[in-house]
Amino acid sequence: MNKLFAAAAAAIVLTATPALAQPTDILNASYDIARELFAAENAAYAASGASITVNQSHAGSSAQARAILEGLAADVVTFNQVVDIERLVDGGFVSEDWASEFPNNASPFYSLPAFLVRAGNPKGISDWGDLAAEGVQVIFPNPKTSGNGRYTYLAARAWANEEYANDEAKVEEFLTKLFNNVPVFETGGRAATTAFTERQLGDVLVTFEAEVLAVREQFGADQYEAVIPSVSLLSEFPVAIVDKVVDNRGTREIAKAYLDFLYTPEGQEVAAANFHRVNDEAVAAAHAAEFPEVRLVTAEDAFGGWDKISEEHFADGGLLDKVFLNQ
Amino acid sequence: MQSNPARSPAEYALISLAFILSALFLLVPLAVIFAFALREGVGQYIANILEPATLHAIGLTVLTAIIVVPINIVVGVCLAWLVTRFQFRGRELLITMIEIPAAVSPIVAGVVYLFLYGGQGLLGPALQAMNIQLMFTVTAIILVSLFVTAPFVARELIPLMQQQGTEDEEAALSLGANGWQMFWFVTLPNIRWAILYGAVLTNARVMGEFGAVSVVSGSIRGQTNTLPLQITQLFNDFNVTGAFAASSTLAFIAVLTIVLKAALERHGRQ
Amino acid sequence: MARKRSKHLLPGFGLTLGVSMLYLTIIIALPLAAMLLKVGGMGWEEFWRIVSSNRSLAAYRITFGSALVASVLNGLFGLLLAWVLTRYSFPGRRFLDALVDLPFALPTAVAGLILVTLFSNTGWYGQFLEGNGIKVNYTQAGIIIAMTFTSIPFVVRAVQPVLEEVQVELEEAAKTLGATDWQTFARVIFPTILPAFMAGCVLSFARSLGEFGAVVFIAGNLPGLTEIVSLLIFIRLEEYNYEGAAALAFVLLLAAFATLMLTNALQAWQNRYVLRSR
Repeated sequence: MNKLFAAAAAAIVLTATPALAQPTDILNASYDIARELFAAENAAYAASGASITVNQSHAGSSAQARAILEGLAADVVTFNQVVDIERLVDGGFVSEDWASEFPNNASPFYSLPAFLVRAGNPKGISDWGDLAAEGVQVIFPNPKTSGNGRYTYLAARAWANEEYANDEAKVEEFLTKLFNNVPVFETGGRAATTAFTERQLGDVLVTFEAEVLAVREQFGADQYEAVIPSVSLLSEFPVAIVDKVVDNRGTREIAKAYLDFLYTPEGQEVAAANFHRVNDEAVAAAHAAEFPEVRLVTAEDAFGGWDKISEEHFADGGLLDKVFLNQ
Repeated sequence: MQSNPARSPAEYALISLAFILSALFLLVPLAVIFAFALREGVGQYIANILEPATLHAIGLTVLTAIIVVPINIVVGVCLAWLVTRFQFRGRELLITMIEIPAAVSPIVAGVVYLFLYGGQGLLGPALQAMNIQLMFTVTAIILVSLFVTAPFVARELIPLMQQQGTEDEEAALSLGANGWQMFWFVTLPNIRWAILYGAVLTNARVMGEFGAVSVVSGSIRGQTNTLPLQITQLFNDFNVTGAFAASSTLAFIAVLTIVLKAALERHGRQ
Repeated sequence: MARKRSKHLLPGFGLTLGVSMLYLTIIIALPLAAMLLKVGGMGWEEFWRIVSSNRSLAAYRITFGSALVASVLNGLFGLLLAWVLTRYSFPGRRFLDALVDLPFALPTAVAGLILVTLFSNTGWYGQFLEGNGIKVNYTQAGIIIAMTFTSIPFVVRAVQPVLEEVQVELEEAAKTLGATDWQTFARVIFPTILPAFMAGCVLSFARSLGEFGAVVFIAGNLPGLTEIVSLLIFIRLEEYNYEGAAALAFVLLLAAFATLMLTNALQAWQNRYVLRSR
């Protein structure tokens, strides 16, 4: 009987061997400013007992989508914008119902475009309107390559639509002025931060609140101040499994387990500690003091959803091109 | 070279000027690497080098060089043999073609590879259908490194072999040597220092290539990040000391390169 | 490729031709062809719109202008170094000779990191310069310095061997005829080394045109002010604007080809010169 048991065990081990030979690493292609966040998330994931290695690639969200279409073998994407995942859907890399595969529109945490100004706020910047004033230099990343930059564009437009009661001519005038105030469009959010902090370019950096708070923490509140505008756009950070890659590599399960982890209290705590707003109520309550109240509009409410946004704003010759004279 | 027993004031002035400018623009930049790499102490320096992503980048950079340099030597010798020993139509064109990669911006090198092997490129879709992935892998890094260093060995060999002529080799053949024997015992000893010289230059360029690699690598930390890319990322992450620590390994190789180069040059002249 | 009967009967034509052609095709020709196809497929009007847009024009102006200044600076510095290294013997000469190659041996990204650190407002050079109102980092001056640094060896290495071969008798003859040192240099030596000197400058210019790693660190990358062509190509690529990237890459390829032709012509000229003077 014992022998039989041993043989059975051996057989199980043998059949299990191919499973052991399965890849134990996945690649997470992520947006530019999420380096620290995912370094922390991955460390927490490893600490939680997971035995897989998560590799990271960071660049502007759209640049990452392009790289995946070109063949970057990312198992999961943790982007900062729906539009970039939709590009992968169009390319046949991600299934169409990706948004329902994980809770909250597949967005484990969220943020919003906010402002970082130099100590004392010398240009007196308090809201979107101030960014278009003469003599103010604004830094934010290139909306053609960065989801961060597109959120900035959309948030500014959402504010202007309210301010000018949807008078398109006035809105475009405002946005043109705003874009003309930008001396350099870096291709990713982190490069924009570097331009503002290291190269001392510009009077105000517009980027995700998470980055604003992280920079203030890194350099000290005596150097930079955070300014939260009167209204901003809910910036969801959607995650998805790249079907084409995981099916090819046999990593679907470990990829899903990794993304699921981001929704656990541990995962949420790491996100909040890295200045991202989270949906987990207990974690959100514990960090409530760090995140000021702000009125957030959604892409759905303000612009009728991402499909419409892609078509009207970001397609070639769309509304973005009207104000972004990037030639 | 003349050695004047009495130096004129002009000579003094010129030598001093050369030293001052070289110190400002060559020596100080080299010193700055080590000064910054070590500014947080030797312990921190070693910790920075041993950081897994940096260590992996060092390994990948060495691996790339180990693959690219020998290929470059073999092809360089073939090319030099071909254009210095035979006359044929298209010879001039061949020499120009091989020089193009070194003359063009490394960004262009990356772009042309993307247009060929990328998922949206000329051969990319066919390769993907066969489940072959080139872009954003180590293979792509090796390919663009081969591209940017294409002429480096041949360029050193061609003038030398032209100058040496073919008498020795013809003599060997007439004494009954076969082609390989002739190459091994006659040609190779004559050109081995030039080969080594070309290899040193190729190695330096491969290890330092940035523009072309940054287009095709995907910059995956711990996978396809070469040292120059890792240095850039560290710099962007506000880790300047770490960036300089990683740079110091390349600076060390650079110093080794110029020492070897000087030694080989002197050897070549004798 | 038809083989003419060579007068030597050396072996290996087939083998070396095969290896060379294989390598040339896979590594160089195919990728270049892929880009040319991309450019060819976009149509003349589209191509012209991209390469003549304001932003592209500004990028050419900055890139070519900075490269020109850098190669002039390198011409002067290179001539000085080549002269000192070949004409005088002094302690530390071999050290100086070896040091000249540093920019070739040092990766460009490292060069960029060094320069941006040296010239930052707290850096060893920057704090001194900014006290005098000179800003290098993130200005065109930074681009010029990065280009100059990365191409220092070209002129030195082009002029050095020629300078060594200039016949001493010529110089001495000039001096016995009463020429001053300067006259000897300007009228006798310089014309002899002129083609090699110019070839060195053109090589330095070509390298500067393509320099990317060092420049992106120290240039501000501001469109129209400090954005070089290589960087604009990179941005177009990231923007998924492949036509834009291909068209601009084609422009740089043409420029590289032109400088290559020019150096070949200058080298041929120098060879004739040396032969004639012998």
